Amino acid sequence: MRSVSAMALEARGLAVRLGGRAVLDGVDLAFQPGKVTAVLGPNGAGKSTLLNCLAGLRRPDAGETHLDGRPIETLSAKTRARSLGYLPQAPEIAWSLDVRTYARLGRTAYLGAFGPTAEDEAAVERALIRTQMTAFADRDVTTLSGGERARALIARVLAGEPRWLIADEPLTGLDPSHQLDAADLLRGFAAEGGGVVVTLHDLGFAARVADRAVVLVEGRVIADGPPAEALSPEVLARAYDIDARWTAGAVGPLLDLIGRR
Amino acid sequence: MMRRSPLLLNLLLVVGLVVLSVLSLIAGKVWVPLGHLAAASDPRWAIITELRIPRTILGLAVGATLGLSGAVLQGYTRNPVADPGLLGVSSMASLGAVLTIYLGLTGAAPWMMVAFAMSGAGIGVLILLALAGSAGGATTFLLAGMVLNVIAEAGLSLALMLSPNAWATSEIITWLLGSVADRSMVDVRIALPFIVVGSGLLLTTGRALDALTLGEAGARSVGVSLRRTQVVIAIGVGLACGASVAVTGVIGFVGLIVPHLVRPLVGSRPGALLVPSALAGAALLVAADILVRLTPAASEVRLGVAMAVLGGPFFLWLLLSMRRRLA
Repeated sequence: MRSVSAMALEARGLAVRLGGRAVLDGVDLAFQPGKVTAVLGPNGAGKSTLLNCLAGLRRPDAGETHLDGRPIETLSAKTRARSLGYLPQAPEIAWSLDVRTYARLGRTAYLGAFGPTAEDEAAVERALIRTQMTAFADRDVTTLSGGERARALIARVLAGEPRWLIADEPLTGLDPSHQLDAADLLRGFAAEGGGVVVTLHDLGFAARVADRAVVLVEGRVIADGPPAEALSPEVLARAYDIDARWTAGAVGPLLDLIGRR
Repeated sequence: MMRRSPLLLNLLLVVGLVVLSVLSLIAGKVWVPLGHLAAASDPRWAIITELRIPRTILGLAVGATLGLSGAVLQGYTRNPVADPGLLGVSSMASLGAVLTIYLGLTGAAPWMMVAFAMSGAGIGVLILLALAGSAGGATTFLLAGMVLNVIAEAGLSLALMLSPNAWATSEIITWLLGSVADRSMVDVRIALPFIVVGSGLLLTTGRALDALTLGEAGARSVGVSLRRTQVVIAIGVGLACGASVAVTGVIGFVGLIVPHLVRPLVGSRPGALLVPSALAGAALLVAADILVRLTPAASEVRLGVAMAVLGGPFFLWLLLSMRRRLA
């Protein structure tokens, strides 16, 4: 049995500079499996860059990402791809593929010389069932509605059966009911032992979905903890320059947005 | 959309290729009915062995190369109007070939022109990879290809302008128009190994091209190395298209058109398009070559010209069908 920290995804002193500006400035974070962590912050705070570094897609100027105690660059692309599922923000879908073929692309790191095996196909079907996309399996993924499309994107990541799900704004552009569906998928993934790191813009949803909230401002972590504590009025004022507080709602805390600070 | 197996289409295309190849051996200004060839002494055998066999083999090989390269580049750039010429490697091969005419070296040895063209393609691949950088993104890769195209075009214009005599000028222009006519088995023997190796490399890119459907970040996240894909494509196109241009000159539009013809039949997954595009490219080129031989004009229409004539209406059709889909 490996220790908890050996199973973690860790950012150690990550720093990224772009055009003379510090996008990430010494970010230390450790993520545990079985939990949903929401990364929040204003536009340009470095959320997407952080996710890119965590997914091993960008080499930081300083610092390292560690997966299970090993620097992520030392892993083979295949090992990294099998462990970390990454969902880019507003991802491109270049060709009109049916949903099943699209989801099968998530198996790329598993494919042998002779194409998908029965095991690959079974993983794809499970991902389609999980995302309730079985009925849409033969539909063209480029002509789906926003909500269906979001589920197809998640199905593609789940088909790869990663241990980590790193998703950049998967709820953006969805109506409330589809946001709930997508949030349930993230929660379900964590409930089965996977780790989720997700950027969100909807603070109320973050409070509802996440076990932990990390707030980034100008590339630095200014708050980190359970959403109720991390998203305090002081933090929100500093991060977003807004006057907002939490009130008790029917199912959880509600954000009462009073206005500009 | 479709999950139809490409196997049936491939099989049909192979049958079609056999029929077209036989037709290509017997058709032309001199028809050679197969039944008459029982007698080995028939003088028309010479037409077949000396002219039409190399012509047919080159038509098949070059057509397959162009179709395959077109499918690879459309998949790689995720752009349906990409074609093999985009990387500038073919124009560098042209420049090499034209230089042999310009320098009056064509007569020196039968392999001289091919050697120059292949060197042009090779230099092109090296410049391309050096300019593209190590990140593996498509944009810088294509920009590097544009740089090569500009350099090669400038060189070609200069060679035309400064060409030592009218004969060389007309020789360069004729060569640039592209054709598989009057090639010998020497050409086939020189070009074929490069075409086979280059096409083999290109056929290995299918899985990476599939993954690029997810965009560049998505493809990397599922374990694809963009840089490796780029190097394989540059070398594969360099070898296969470089050798093709070296022996046939410039034949456009095959690489652009063929993937569009194949997509409705096997679906849009880029990796599934590679083999059918190679086969359909071979079929298209050999069919077009048979047609140009049968044109009643005094001198045969150059194959490159015929393909360009087909290319215009095809673009129009592509535009109209895209507009309809977007409407």
